[in-house]
Amino acid sequence: MPALSKLFRLRAFAVLIVLLIPSAASAELAQDLQALTEKSNATKVAAVESLAAGGHERAVPILQAFLAGRLFQVKEDDRMVVAEDSAGGYRIFDAMTGEALGEVGKRKLRKVRINNRLRQAVKAALGALTLGSSDPAARIQAADAVFRSAQSDMLGPLEAALARESDLKVASRLARALAATELATSDDKATRLAAIEALAAFVDQEVRAIVSGLLIIDGEGRPAEPDSDLRAAAAETLKTIESKLAFNGFIENIFQGISLGSVLLLAAIGLAITFGVMGVINMAHGEMVMIGAYTTFVVQEVFRASFPGAFDYSLLVAIPAAFLVTGLVGIGIERGVIRFLYGRPLETLLATWGLSLILQQVVRSIFGPTNREVGNPAWMSGAWEVAGGLTLTYNRLWIILFALLVFALLMALIRFSGYGLQMRAVTQNRPMASSMGIRTGWVDAMTFGLGSGIAGMAGVALSQIDNVSPNLGQGYIIDSFMVVVFGGVGNLWGTLVGAFSLGLVNKFLEPYAGAVLGKILVLVVIILFIQKRPRGLFALRGRAVEN
Amino acid sequence: MLLSNDHGRLLSPLGSKITLGLLLSIAVLVPLLNLAVPPGSVFHVPTYLVSLLGKYLCFALLALSVDLIWGYCGILSLGHGAFFALGGYAMGMHLMRQIGDRGVYGNPDLPDFMVFLNWKELPWYWYGFESFPFALLMVILVPGLLALVFGWLAFRSRVTGVYLSIITQAMTFALLLAFFRNDMGFGGNNGLTDFKELLGFNLQADGTRAGLFAASAVMLALAYLLCRWIVCSKVGRVLVAIRDAESRVRFLGYRVEFYKLFVFVLSAMLAGLAGALYVPQVGIINPSEFSPANSIEIVIWVAVGGRGYLHGAILGALLVNYAKTYLTGAAPEIWLFFLGGLFVAVTVFLPKGIIGSLPGLQGRLQSVLLRFGLPGRTAG
Repeated sequence: MPALSKLFRLRAFAVLIVLLIPSAASAELAQDLQALTEKSNATKVAAVESLAAGGHERAVPILQAFLAGRLFQVKEDDRMVVAEDSAGGYRIFDAMTGEALGEVGKRKLRKVRINNRLRQAVKAALGALTLGSSDPAARIQAADAVFRSAQSDMLGPLEAALARESDLKVASRLARALAATELATSDDKATRLAAIEALAAFVDQEVRAIVSGLLIIDGEGRPAEPDSDLRAAAAETLKTIESKLAFNGFIENIFQGISLGSVLLLAAIGLAITFGVMGVINMAHGEMVMIGAYTTFVVQEVFRASFPGAFDYSLLVAIPAAFLVTGLVGIGIERGVIRFLYGRPLETLLATWGLSLILQQVVRSIFGPTNREVGNPAWMSGAWEVAGGLTLTYNRLWIILFALLVFALLMALIRFSGYGLQMRAVTQNRPMASSMGIRTGWVDAMTFGLGSGIAGMAGVALSQIDNVSPNLGQGYIIDSFMVVVFGGVGNLWGTLVGAFSLGLVNKFLEPYAGAVLGKILVLVVIILFIQKRPRGLFALRGRAVEN
Repeated sequence: MLLSNDHGRLLSPLGSKITLGLLLSIAVLVPLLNLAVPPGSVFHVPTYLVSLLGKYLCFALLALSVDLIWGYCGILSLGHGAFFALGGYAMGMHLMRQIGDRGVYGNPDLPDFMVFLNWKELPWYWYGFESFPFALLMVILVPGLLALVFGWLAFRSRVTGVYLSIITQAMTFALLLAFFRNDMGFGGNNGLTDFKELLGFNLQADGTRAGLFAASAVMLALAYLLCRWIVCSKVGRVLVAIRDAESRVRFLGYRVEFYKLFVFVLSAMLAGLAGALYVPQVGIINPSEFSPANSIEIVIWVAVGGRGYLHGAILGALLVNYAKTYLTGAAPEIWLFFLGGLFVAVTVFLPKGIIGSLPGLQGRLQSVLLRFGLPGRTAG
């Protein structure tokens, strides 16, 4: 058996040897890693480029650690490690394998130094490496990094990446990076001309800055770009980009205006129906909006605590919850206070103002005076990139849809339901409706509850775009009044038109006059407007003499 | 309608005599107790109290101006704070000009905030404010003009009731936003402050404070007399008629809008005067005076005291403001509950206010006394 045992020993030895000799790629990696610790910058840059070219799976984490200043060398055995902060010093991982090596004190490690020139090289290298990532978002990020650095050595990787790219969005970003890099680094006039023309397809501020940079004329009258043909092409491209940007700005303004309008619509519609039916202005209406927003906050807290997985659906629960809570508060206010103030609209206004103060203070006492964090569900965050650099945020899009949906439902309710019929009757002639057997008190309570409930849903929508604080309602209430005054009562179309016109006018005045002056102008215009139409755009025509 | 049309009861001679007597006696007494009585004495009125009471009197004048239009003409203005603040700003501008080169930057021509904003010269609308008579004129004219333009637009097109209230609220809100802007030239959100003297008297001195107090009391008494004279005149009867049945008055051939405009402008001027007296006593005027919430608070002073009884407005302003001082000091979080509750309670349970409910209380007291077999005062 000795021979056998000898053979066994030999084989074990061979296994050991195989284990000890690293593969060729790993050897190269180790070499590059050691080169990073050299003194000479040129050697380091070469090492970075070699790391990127090698394409080893550890290259990306190593370069990222290097960039973040987390690449270290253990003083004892010169082993390269990636370190993370921990309580007692650093938690270290082998740079070659990623294997955890436990914790060490800070003094045991020597940092691998990095400077700005190296950072550039590392970023470019990382860009090239991540261009091949399987995650499209990472590829876009890489393409944008390359676009910003515009290094000539990225041309090859870019072209390769563009050739194999199947995702249209990523391909467009790659093409943008390619054109910018060619423009910045190529010596060939035809290539650069083509690049300038290609850039005209990408409408954003960064491309605009690059192209307009070519046209800058320095203090001595020398243009940044000596070639006149290139300058002409750049001017052409700049014109295209700027006109597209202006168009996008216009569309975005409309979008912003409509989204502000839909918020106003949600806030004002309840006000309009209570004013229409009961002739009273509910000064506590803004507080209903605020309570709706806080209901959203509470619902989300419950979801966070009990069903964290279903957080995305929290709003679907918050909407009916807010409707119910604020609707009940509204009915309570109507039954508890307002019905005692019949025929005294001015006193009702004062009493509801008092209620609004109380509600604000109640919420302040329960939830504190500071802003509360209400989250956006995943399907509401982010933006829809329409085309040509135009982006519309999802939360505002959803709010517009939601407002229109609520409006349509309310119209249907008023038009087709028995309650709606009674409500219309009371709006038109209360004593007559009453003598026909309609319980006007009940209609009042329901209408007040409905109006408040809609305000609560407005609060859910607002919680997605504004800070949730006890003063939330106050910020919108005067605008909502203006919508009602402008649109007239007794006709919901007036409220719709009023809300959207106010939203649009506000947003279009903002760039010219500033937000504050714009608002002042809108208020002045409405004060003047009711000279012509004291009862709003869509006034109910009647022959009754008031009072 | 809601309130009694009985002219005798609207302004009982007794009530107005008491009001005038009280106002004139405190105008003499409070400054006397402040200046002549040594600080150690129990009868000494400390200077801070003089200023506080002076502030209350300014609020009472403001409440009086609201009562004139709301109580007697049915115009619920939720923007009267704007007229008050405009009067205050006019006075503040005069006081700013009086600082001269004693500001932080020592610029003899420009107020500190203009130097800070790097302005080179005084804006045109600041001209003339170094003169006290001119400033006083502006205190009355600026609110009056705004009320004239606004009222003419509103009353001519028959904007009434809740609509008018909301529009007045929009007016003060627009002014609030405007005065917050630095480039308006009124000191932005810091407003006007650091005043030194008025007509050569140091504003920090006890004597000046007492003098301002006396001026506020006398001004309130004069305004009370003026309002009383107006509501007792023929015009006053038309105003009450407009309040109770506007269309009927119009059908009778009266130009309703002119009556309304007259009383609205007068009320705005009184509010402006109140603001002008208020500013030197508190030492600051800033845009928050324009906030709609302030204007609505004025209305509740009137409602608490009793609308349509001029001395009711004065009583209400003093009571609510005393409660405010007390509560915001003792338990700040209670104050909003209290104020909100006051709005609800007064409108639901005490629609005539304290003064208006007194006759009823008297009657009830009498019936209680009778039940116990005690002789009550016979109703007069």
